[in-house]
This record gives sequence, structure tokens and C-alpha cells, in this order.
Amino acid sequence: MSALDSWILTLVTFVPLAGGILLLVLPRRDRDIRIFALVVSLLDFVLSLHLPVYFHRAQAGFQYELNQAWIPNPNIHYHMGVDGVSMWLVVLTTFLTPLCVLISWKSIQDRVKEFFILLLVLEAALIGVFNALDLFLFYFFWEATLIPMALLIGMYGHGRRVYAAVKFFLYTMIASMFMLAAILWLYAKTGTFDFVSIQAAIRGGQLQSFVSAAPWLFLGFFVAFAVKVPLFPFHTWLPDAHVEAPTAGSVLLAGVLLKMGTYGMFRFNLGLFPEQSRSNAWWIVILALIGIIYGALVAMVQPNLKKLIAYSSISHLGFVVLGIFTFTQAGLDGATFVMLAHGVSTGALFMLAGIIYERRHTYEIAEFGGLATPMPVYATFFSFIVLASVGLPLLNGFIGEFLVLSGAFRDRAVYGVLGATGVIWSACYLLWMYQRVFFGKVKHEVNNTLPDLSGREQAALWPAAVVALVMGVAPLLWLNAIDPAAQAALAPFMQMASKVVGR
Amino acid sequence: MNTAPDNMIPQSVDYIRLLPEIVLTIFGMIVMVVDPLLDERRSQRTLGTIALVGSLAALGATLFQAQYPGLGFWNMIQVDAFSVFFHFLVAAVTAVVVLTSYEYMEVQDIRAGEYYGLLLFGAVGMSLMSSAVELVLIFIALEISSISTYILAGFRRRAAISSEASVKYFLLGSFATAFFLYGVALMFGATGSTSIHVIADVLRSPQVPVLAYAGVALMFVGLGFKVAAAPFHIWTPDVYEGAPSPVVGFMSTAPKAAVFAVLLRIMFEAHAPGRIWLIWVVAALSMTLGNIGALVQDNVKRLLAYSSIAHAGYLLMAFAALPGNGIPAAMFYTASYAAMNVGAFAVVSHFGSAGERYVTLEDYSGLGRRSPLLAATLTIFLLSLIGIPITGGFFAKFYVFSAALQANLVGLVIIGVLNSAVASYYYLRVIVVMYMREPKGEISVSPIPAGLGTALAISLVATIYMGVLPGRLLDYAARSVNELLH
Repeated sequence: MSALDSWILTLVTFVPLAGGILLLVLPRRDRDIRIFALVVSLLDFVLSLHLPVYFHRAQAGFQYELNQAWIPNPNIHYHMGVDGVSMWLVVLTTFLTPLCVLISWKSIQDRVKEFFILLLVLEAALIGVFNALDLFLFYFFWEATLIPMALLIGMYGHGRRVYAAVKFFLYTMIASMFMLAAILWLYAKTGTFDFVSIQAAIRGGQLQSFVSAAPWLFLGFFVAFAVKVPLFPFHTWLPDAHVEAPTAGSVLLAGVLLKMGTYGMFRFNLGLFPEQSRSNAWWIVILALIGIIYGALVAMVQPNLKKLIAYSSISHLGFVVLGIFTFTQAGLDGATFVMLAHGVSTGALFMLAGIIYERRHTYEIAEFGGLATPMPVYATFFSFIVLASVGLPLLNGFIGEFLVLSGAFRDRAVYGVLGATGVIWSACYLLWMYQRVFFGKVKHEVNNTLPDLSGREQAALWPAAVVALVMGVAPLLWLNAIDPAAQAALAPFMQMASKVVGR
Repeated sequence: MNTAPDNMIPQSVDYIRLLPEIVLTIFGMIVMVVDPLLDERRSQRTLGTIALVGSLAALGATLFQAQYPGLGFWNMIQVDAFSVFFHFLVAAVTAVVVLTSYEYMEVQDIRAGEYYGLLLFGAVGMSLMSSAVELVLIFIALEISSISTYILAGFRRRAAISSEASVKYFLLGSFATAFFLYGVALMFGATGSTSIHVIADVLRSPQVPVLAYAGVALMFVGLGFKVAAAPFHIWTPDVYEGAPSPVVGFMSTAPKAAVFAVLLRIMFEAHAPGRIWLIWVVAALSMTLGNIGALVQDNVKRLLAYSSIAHAGYLLMAFAALPGNGIPAAMFYTASYAAMNVGAFAVVSHFGSAGERYVTLEDYSGLGRRSPLLAATLTIFLLSLIGIPITGGFFAKFYVFSAALQANLVGLVIIGVLNSAVASYYYLRVIVVMYMREPKGEISVSPIPAGLGTALAISLVATIYMGVLPGRLLDYAARSVNELLH
């Protein structure tokens, strides 16, 4: 393994942070700062492409690993590594960040320097979450995402931004306390924070009193992740945060931050507590199904464009949780694919919402109507992304939801049936919204003169649209890396199943 | 073990074992002597420099002294890794506070002579507390430190609130000291000695005299008052609000660290009986009352006062743990708390400007815009007080909680964790106000002077160092435990 292979994750994680720190000392010339942030985020994207290009796809287990002792007491290691699932989430993050920079080019005029510092620091923390294989390191990055995100919402958001920022912070902070408690318990019993070693210790049955504590540990992790996803009924912070957040904040929030929760469920709940996952799956699946349907129904009646997209996220993330807790190959593959697809298409939807907000300073759907006439290019992009989000075959949304539903059917038919209604609902609310915004006559005079997309805005949207198409046409490019990881995560479940059969 | 001194003449090594105290006293006297010789207007800076040199010399003396461990002055003081740790902490805090005071003295127009003198004399008491292994000497050291801080609390002579703070602190403090003295007397009655080592031998026997329980409880009341642990905390918010900000930074860290050192010696080295339940209740109460009180504060100084009550509670958890984990955890906590709290009060004292006008949360609104550097610094201290990773505050809490867990104090840890969750709210409020509210009115923030900048940089580096590489400090603390428990 070359030196670059073992240091690439560190590089990808800390290049944005270094960029943020450099920004600190740059003079306050807004244009230069924007260009600098764009260059740094693009550089990081290019670096991160190293991961999928040299990834050994057939191979399970972690790759690009780096494991160095950091702090002797408590025994903390700097342990980074990715498998097929986390690798793609890293690339998703580095892919969305340059788009965020582009989309914030004009909309952020005040405290520009601070904005891009926060954005880059947030990117570094998000990448770190997916790379960390030491529970302490993971917890650190997990908490580190909170502060820049809350500041982005609170400093650059709209109307009730302070309320939204504080609510966001407190919800996730308090929930992650439970995770910290569970992590500390594991450390106290194993003497290590290392994910791989802890997993081995648990699977080997070496832990004292693990059986009695495991249900609580499972819940400790689960609560932190469920709030982040957000799983019904922990979702109330999300619409507030989204509506008030600046566009770039929404893109990263929906595109990446929410996936921290589902990624955590995949990695830690399934990885460390397979038996508890199995025994708790029934109520988690029910909550996920409620989330799918409830999110969709609430989205349907939203008069506010951004809130609609926010609730649609709750619905889509329900699919991810459903897929994970069916414990089938198709379900897990699909869940991961939905995470990526949702990141791209919802990220793009938020960018589109931000573009219209810049022009009209409102998200109210009733304020629009007939926009297809003055803004044809905008309408085209919007329809493309809406269709991707609805799950039109050959676009990215379809593959993931299809896989999740087929996994759900295999688990229990009723899960599949109820989940499938979610697809129908999403078609309803998205297409209806599209119709109200773009079709018919222009109802408000101001809308007649709205300028169409600028070159910069198109530059932000094209990549998302192209990726949405490629993901739909050639999903194997992604899935053949995800598959071994999902298989490895399911191995203990297969054993459990065979035990039951053998008896 | 404790024999009557056969030779009443101190050896030279005895003086080495008292060297930091001697150095601080000499520099304190120099400050007092030089003060009347200087022009009143210009004396502040010179005297401050003398005090700074004094505290740095004490730092050096501590490092020198570390090579001569052992008992001194007829077994009344003991130099070990433990005492060196606290000496170092007290001297460092004093230096940082002096740096903070440079600007404060000028802005508030305070006579500097007595101020710096008292600061150094206070540090003498605090240093002595951590090396004294004889209860009467501990009492004297405690008084030296307390009396200095009583007076220092009243140094904003133009503000009535400051005099109130001083008098209140003095009255309640003397009351608490009396409790301590009474406890010492009972302990003497129970064990026949005031030497910690002899007491330890007596208390280690299977039959502990009942009187010793009362003695420990009464001493604990006295010391609990000094560290602002509930239910002996009532004075804290008023005194912190009234006292000059640099002094609050000083008295919320250095004397506290010293008193915790005394507590560690009494609780662990002397094998105090009935320790766990006493601590359990006080720790739980302090955390809860401190945090609940802080939730509703609009004055930043009062907020930090309640927060310091809560932190005393977290710290006390370590005292209920097993000595092997508890002592290093407590030592680490005092150090990290000192770094972040001194830093936070340095920001508060700079921003307060003349007459400490700007101390309410409302005044802090928009600070992120008016002084990005000051706001960012305060944010890091606050994050450390919350206990966010890679700040010293995180590992401090981490060590304390895990020490308590290893002693099976699950209930106490749960209370602690819930409390830290609640606490994040009010620290966060300050950050929110600084960054997310528009500035109200025209409050200009003067540029950061060199002295204060250095003080902030030291606290910042210390806070982050303890968060990134806590290993060395903890190792040192763990080593000192072996000596303490021999």
C-alpha cells in the first residue's frame, strides 16, 4: 500500500480545515475569499476521487486504513478507514461542497469570510465523521459538525434563525449525550475505542455483562442517530432548521448531515449490536413507515417550498431506515443508494429553492405560478430534479427505492406495501408543487421579469443533474463497492438466521 | 512516625521545600515597598511587572524544588509531585491574572500597590495549602489565602456592589473557616494528632473513632464553602458579580485548586471515613443547583459564578471515586478548569471596560461582529466549559466521569451527564447572543492590549493542549498519586 493510500483520508479530511484556517488570515476581500473557498473545495473533491478510483471493489472490510496511537490514556487512536458505504458518503460531501460555494456566491454578502470558514470547517467535520473508525474520534467529529452548522443557520439564516439554530443544537447535542454514555461504557469494558477491536470483542462474546447492557447501549446509539436522521417523532427540529437556514446550509444539512444518522445506524447499531437490532427492528420499521407516510402527507399540504422539501427529506430518509432494518442485501444496498441519491437530488432541490428565493425573497408556493414562461432553463432543471426525486426509472431516485422496497417485501409484505405508498405520495406532492409553481399563467406581475439562470447557477446545477442521470443509468458503478460492505454488515444476521433454522 | 523535632534549627533543604512561598513573599514585599516611591499615576505598570516577575520566579522555584522531594520543617510540609503540580498551577494562574490586570488597573483607575501585593500574598497561602501536611498549618495557609481574596473582592471601591461582595465574602468566609477549625479540633481529639500522616495511620485501623466522622464533616463544610460547593454556595453569585473581573478569574481558580488539593490530602491521604456519601450528596447538589441557577442569569459574571458552582460539583465526583482514578482526574480537572475560566474572565474584564459597565448578556450581542477575535476566543472557552471534544474541558469531564463509573457510582454519573446537557444551554446562549444578535447601541470594543493578549493566548493554548494531548499531564498526575498514597 502506498503512502498516499494510507494518508489520503487524512488529506481529504483536513484540506478543508486547513483552507478554513488559511481563510482566517486572508484579508477581507469578498471576491478573493469566494474564489479561494471554491478552489479549496474543488481540490478536496479531486483528492477524494482517489478513493473510488483505487478502491478494491470486491473486497469487504476497511480500506485506506491508518491507525496511529494518539492519546495513551484514555486509549484513543487516530484510526481512519472507509468501506464501500462510507467512501461514497465522503465523495458525496466533497461533491456537494463546491456546489454550495457556488450557490452562496451572491446570496451571502455580509460576513463573507466567516461564512466560508464555517462552510469549510463543516465540510472537514462531516468527512471526518464518515472516516473515523475510533469511537472517540467519531464522537469528536460528530459533535464538531454541530457548531459550524448551528452558526451557519443562526448567523446567515432567515426570520426565526436563532430559534432554529438553538433548537437544532440542543436536540442533537442532548441526544448525542446518550451515545457518549454508551461509548464510555464500551470503553470501560474493553479498554479501547477502536471500532474494529470492540466489534471483535463483542462478537467473540468476551465482554462482561454485555448481554444485560446491550439493549441500553443499542438505544444510546440509536437515539443519537434517530434524532439526526430524523426519525419520526424526533423530526421537529428539521423543518425549522431547513426553513431558516441559508441555501448552502440546507444543502449540506439535507445532503450530508442527515446521512450521519443513517450511516451511524448502519455502522454502529448493526455493526455492534446485531441481536438488539434484530429484536428492536419491528418498532423501528414502524417508525420509519410512519415517517415515510407522515412526511409525505405533511409535505403535500405545505404552502412553503422549502418546508415541502424538508418534509420530503423526512419521507425519503424513512426509506433509508426501512432498508437498513430489513436486514436484507437488497435493503442495505438500497438504503445506501437512497442516501447518495437523496443527497444529490435534494441538495439540488434546495439549490433551486435558494435560486428562486434570491429573486423573490419568498418561499411561498402561492407567490409563484407560470414560472416556466419567464424562466425556461430553470423550469427544465427543476423538472429534471423533481423527476429524479420522485423516482422515475433511469434516474437516481428509482434504483434505491426499488431496492429498499424489494428488501422490505422480502422481510414482510406489509412493510413493502406501506413503503410503496410513499413513492406514490412523493409523486403527488412533488408534481403538484411543480405544477403550481411552473404551469399556468403568470399570476404575479413581478414574476414576468424574473431573470433565468445565470452561468454560475447553471454551473452549480449541471453537475448535480448529470450525476443524477449517471446514477440512474449505471448504478453498478456505485453498488459494486457498496455490496461487499453491506454483505459484511449482514454476516452476523445470516448466522443468526442459520442458528434459528438449525434449531 | 511523627517524632518530636530533635533539632529545632531548620536545614537548608527545608528552605528549598518552602522556596516558592518565600519567593512570592519577597516579591509581595517588594511591591509594597516600591509602591510609595513611585508616582501614583505611573506606578501601575511597574508594580504589575514586579508581580509578574515574582510569579514567574515562583514558577521557576517550583521547578527547582521538584528535585528535592520530601518532608520539611519538622514534617509540616511535604514536597511531592502532587504539591509541585498545584504550586505550578497557582503560580501560572497568578501570572496570567497579573497580565490581565495590567489593563484593568488603568481602565478602572485602581491603586495597584496593595492589589498586586495581595495577589502575591494570596498565592503564598494557596501554595502553602497544597504542600502542608499538618492541619494547623493548613488552617493558617487557608487564612492567608482567604484574607487576601476578601480584600481583593472589594477593590472596585467606587462600586457599592464590590464592597458588598467583600463584606459578604468576609463574614460568610470567616464563619466557614470556623467550621474548619472546629473540625480540626475534633480530629485532633479523635486521633491525637494534627499531622495528616499520623491521622492516616489511626484512621486506617479497623475501628475508626466516631469523633473522626464529625471532624471530617466539619472540615468538609469549611472547605466546601471555599470551593463554592452546594449547599455552601450562596455567597458565590453576589461576590463574583461585585468583585473585579480579574480577581474573579483568580479566586474562582487558584484558591479553589488549592482547597481541592487540601481536600484530596484529607480525603485520600488521611483516609477520611464516610467520604463517599458525603461527597455524593454535595456533588449532586452542586451540579444541579449550579446549572439550574445559571439557566436564568442575564449577567455574564453571575452566569459564570453559577457555572463555577456546577463545575465544583463535577470535580467533587472524582473525590467519591477510587483514589487511583479519582486523584488524577481531580487534578486534571482543576488544571483545565483554571485555564478556561481564567481565560473567560480575562475576556469579561476586557469587555466590561471602565466601571465594568458591560456585563449583561445584552451587552454581548453582536460581539462576533464588533470584535471577532475576542468573540472567537470566548467561544472556545465556553465550548471547553460545555465539554466539547479537543478542549481541556472535555477530557476533564471524561476522566472524572470514568473514574466515578469505575467506582460504580452510576447514579452520580447519570446526574452529571444530564447536568452537562442542561449546562450546554446557557453557555450556548452566550455564543448565540455574540454571533446571532445584532449589536445593541454603540458599545465600542477597545483593541486588545499586549498583556491581555498574552494572557488570553496562554489560557487558549493551555485549554487546547489539554484537549489534544492530555496524556502527559494525566501521566504526571497519576505518578503523583503513587507518592501520595505510598
